[in-house]
Amino acid sequence: MKQRSLRVRLIAFGAVAMLGLAACGGTDDTASSECPTISESTLTIGTGNPAYEPWVVGDAPESKEGFEAAVAYAVAAELGYNDDQVVWVRTGFDEAIQPGAKNFDFNLQQYSITEERKATVSFSDPYYSTNQALVAFADSPVANATSVSELKGLKFGAQAGTTSLEFITSVIQPDAEPFAYDDNAGAKAALEAKQIDAIVVDLPTALYISAVEIEGSKVVGQFPASDVAPGDDFGMVFDLDNPLAACVNTALAALAGNGKLAEIENEWLAAYTGAPVISLD
Amino acid sequence: MTPKVSLRGVTKSFGANTVLRNLSLDVANGEVVSLIGASGSGKTTLLRCVNLLEQIDDGAVLLDGDEISAIGLDPNPVRRRVGIVFQSFNLFPHMSVARNITLALTKVLGQSPADAAAQAGDLLRRFGLAEKADVYPDQLSGGQQQRVAIIRALAMRPEVLLLDEITSALDPELVGEVLDVVRELKGSGITLLIATHEMAFAREISDRVCFLHTGTVAEIGTPSQVFSNPQDERTQQFLRRVMN
Amino acid sequence: MARGLHRRTGHQPRLTTRQEHERRQRRRSSFIAAASTFVVLVAVVVLVPRMPRWDRVKQSFFDVDQMRDSFPRLIDAFWLDVKIFAWTTPAIFGLALLIALARNSRSPALFPVRMLAAAYTDVMRGVPVILWIYLVGFGVPGLGIARPFNSPLLWGSVALAMTYSGYVAEVFRAGIDSVHESQRAAARSLGLSSTQTMRHVVLPQAIRRVVPPLLNDLVSLQKDVALVSLIGPIEILRQAGIDKSKFANFTPYVVAALIFLSVTIPLTRLTDYLWHRERRRTSGTRVAP
Repeated sequence: MKQRSLRVRLIAFGAVAMLGLAACGGTDDTASSECPTISESTLTIGTGNPAYEPWVVGDAPESKEGFEAAVAYAVAAELGYNDDQVVWVRTGFDEAIQPGAKNFDFNLQQYSITEERKATVSFSDPYYSTNQALVAFADSPVANATSVSELKGLKFGAQAGTTSLEFITSVIQPDAEPFAYDDNAGAKAALEAKQIDAIVVDLPTALYISAVEIEGSKVVGQFPASDVAPGDDFGMVFDLDNPLAACVNTALAALAGNGKLAEIENEWLAAYTGAPVISLD
Repeated sequence: MTPKVSLRGVTKSFGANTVLRNLSLDVANGEVVSLIGASGSGKTTLLRCVNLLEQIDDGAVLLDGDEISAIGLDPNPVRRRVGIVFQSFNLFPHMSVARNITLALTKVLGQSPADAAAQAGDLLRRFGLAEKADVYPDQLSGGQQQRVAIIRALAMRPEVLLLDEITSALDPELVGEVLDVVRELKGSGITLLIATHEMAFAREISDRVCFLHTGTVAEIGTPSQVFSNPQDERTQQFLRRVMN
Repeated sequence: MARGLHRRTGHQPRLTTRQEHERRQRRRSSFIAAASTFVVLVAVVVLVPRMPRWDRVKQSFFDVDQMRDSFPRLIDAFWLDVKIFAWTTPAIFGLALLIALARNSRSPALFPVRMLAAAYTDVMRGVPVILWIYLVGFGVPGLGIARPFNSPLLWGSVALAMTYSGYVAEVFRAGIDSVHESQRAAARSLGLSSTQTMRHVVLPQAIRRVVPPLLNDLVSLQKDVALVSLIGPIEILRQAGIDKSKFANFTPYVVAALIFLSVTIPLTRLTDYLWHRERRRTSGTRVAP
């Protein structure tokens, strides 16, 4: 990890040195020493490979389309970076939250802020809050379930290392052990093959899956936040104790204050917020 | 009298190498015929054509007057009636001596394991190897292995027994015990075809001796005829070389 | 020989020159081995902790509390690996034997069978196991098979059996080919059919000879069993990964590695032992070094 970022740093340095020379006369309010980035005058943002909808459209974050892509560019602008000063890198989900130096300034991939993860990485303030939701087939016997107790007999699947899997094992506590996959693609494939009955993912992803990706599926419901299972707050992932996090928090506060954040949410996630509630008892 | 084994105009080649050329030989029932000749003269190939380990190219092999060499005929019935003992014993190393003998008795002749074991025991006793029944081949001397190989072939009660240079791979002091076994077989009614380098033994035991030269029968006659009074030049040459 | 002295005089037998020399050699090599091992151990124990980030590494990889915490979960998950191994191995052997026999068949009428078998081994060995796991583990159930016959455990195991049988078939083939033709000649001469010959004479010898490479493949399989985790089942590797993400610590992986070793090392020792035993039986006395 450290090796790779060193190499990336060197390459980035070389590139940026040239850019810096060529870009004399570019904006002056780029990063100061209080908001350091891994490469000067560039904001390096990480996301998933591939990056799913509705968070990033068409796996092309540079298009600024998709909730997370839009938020990223909005934050970059607040920090004083032009669109062409934003560079994207792709990482695996698990990879970005490992201890060690990063090859990005921050990473956004629907990371839920958890205490355990804070031991190895730093988070920004939440930029979105949502709940876990359940995806199953519309003709499944639990298609209209309203409480967790009705779900005990199901075979669940979720991405390994996520709060979704944790939710299944500690809150739902089904009779059969859930299946775990490297990514949501695996879980979706398993659902289509009817190897599992239901997937647990965050609500917007669930709505997208049922609307677009898996025919005949529906969002059975969302699980409300509670003491036992707090809802998911998505935060951007930073290298541990990275001072840039504070700068980003300021930017987020500004975006929340001037309504920009809500606007972005409305544009990209309006269609992906409604679902009945499944009670936790 | 129909000959027991008959080869009529048999030709066999391996690739470009013709080993048996239009060879004809009749062996009477119960007769002991020795095949002598230089290496490559076709002795082994001749024997292997009789029990159909090799398929002849031309001619016919007959057993009791019936052609057994026709293409497409099942060789297994022939092999129950014609046994063979090889130069390198070819015992099954992963089986005990007794099992070596009883394998074909149970699988081919369908005998019960008890009957097969009893028969094996009798044969081993007859040839002085009773205490070796549960021993594995690699623990036996060459002579003992070859005697077991003979017993294995005999257990099937073949009508014809082919012996392919069975003492050539043995130390001289072990040759005697194997030849003793063969002596016992003579006169038991079994037809013996023996390929051998042991001239003295061939002379002693054979009813007839057949000298093979480059795939044909150069000379055939009683031992005294062939050994003491060879007619053919090639026989004379061979015997001169071998006897010195 | 010097040994005779023992009986007569009651003293310790005097050793021959060669024995004396060898004993001195042995003593010297043992001393060197012990000394160098000691030095290496001391170096590791003393020097490694002095490396700059040792504390971090120790915490990340060798956290004892984490080991204690993860161990029961990992052992539990490992049981699944053991089960997959247990039911895949006979399937592999059976399938591989069929393929090997098909490839080695001699009758001209069986030509298409030979070709199919050859194609099978080529294709199975030519594609990484991971791909087969995905293709068969998701692909086949995706055709619409009903539960429980669409289970990822079932089809993942099928994928493993398919690929490994390709490799093991080649091992069997080598074994069968190594049995001398004269064994077949002897068996057929006794009247045994082709099938009987293969079953009673050739195969037993062939298999005996290839036990070491077979065990090698088994050791490999034991680890590749973990690949089934890619299509859902939570076996030890997946569980270690989940723990790693949850506790932000790599120690679960170290524990998983140790658990794997506890099974594979005895198997490799057994392979070595069988190898040496077979060599002693078939290769004759060893030449002086």
